[in-house]
Amino acid sequence: MQANLDAAFAALADPTRRAILARLAAGEATVMELAEPFEMTQPAISQHLKVLQAAGLIQSRVDGTRRPRRLAKAGIEAMDQWLAMLRRALEANFDRLDQVLANIERKTKGAKR
Amino acid sequence: MSKLTLTTEGDVHVIVKRHFNASPEAVYRAHIDPKIIRQWMLGPEGWTMPVCINDARPGGQIRYEWKNGNGKGFHLTGEFLELEPYRRIVHVERMHLPDPTPDNHVETTFEPNESGTLMTMRMTLPDAKTREMMLATGMEGGMEASYVRLEGLL
Repeated sequence: MQANLDAAFAALADPTRRAILARLAAGEATVMELAEPFEMTQPAISQHLKVLQAAGLIQSRVDGTRRPRRLAKAGIEAMDQWLAMLRRALEANFDRLDQVLANIERKTKGAKR
Repeated sequence: MSKLTLTTEGDVHVIVKRHFNASPEAVYRAHIDPKIIRQWMLGPEGWTMPVCINDARPGGQIRYEWKNGNGKGFHLTGEFLELEPYRRIVHVERMHLPDPTPDNHVETTFEPNESGTLMTMRMTLPDAKTREMMLATGMEGGMEASYVRLEGLL
């Protein structure tokens, strides 16, 4: 899973691929269904799907002649985990910094008085 | 309710934006004055920064050491590349966990707006191995606790 993380970030750099993931978050879809909202050919969409699948972000299953795609949840979670940790650390730090800045402001005003 | 936004740019950058109700001068100073840095750049609950070296000039060294009550610790080293007072800081940093992570190049800008300062940080995304190391240091669990830490700061 970890080996996939870089590929996953690269896969997410493209807006079309992010839109595909957003669509798949709403449920399984075929290549044709996925191609519909985009002004792109099915082979072009298939290429994007290949990138997403190689990055471990989506999965396909065989259903007769159809191969519907869906989100591979674990892949996305593993990638999000690091960003979530970074976000929490920064939020904690910056919330503290708010307090520190407010305190400095108070002291400065006090000194001027 | 979070005031922080965190987005990825391409496959190598993280962009963090955060607003502060203080002047760019004050926010800038809070990033280079060791006395101020040690009050807020602490991450999880229970950690302190016994060593904070911050030589804020181009080529100047950065060294932050963090410790928690259980005797655990790690440190970060770095160098300043560019400083434009109250507007922009460019530096590189690496964590020692204890193996050093690849250099993270960070550009921090401070822009005045109506009610204070918009700070933007553009960082290099660590590679998969580094992220794994950082998650494995156990910082994750402690980070949760820092949410509730706001009171009792000063």
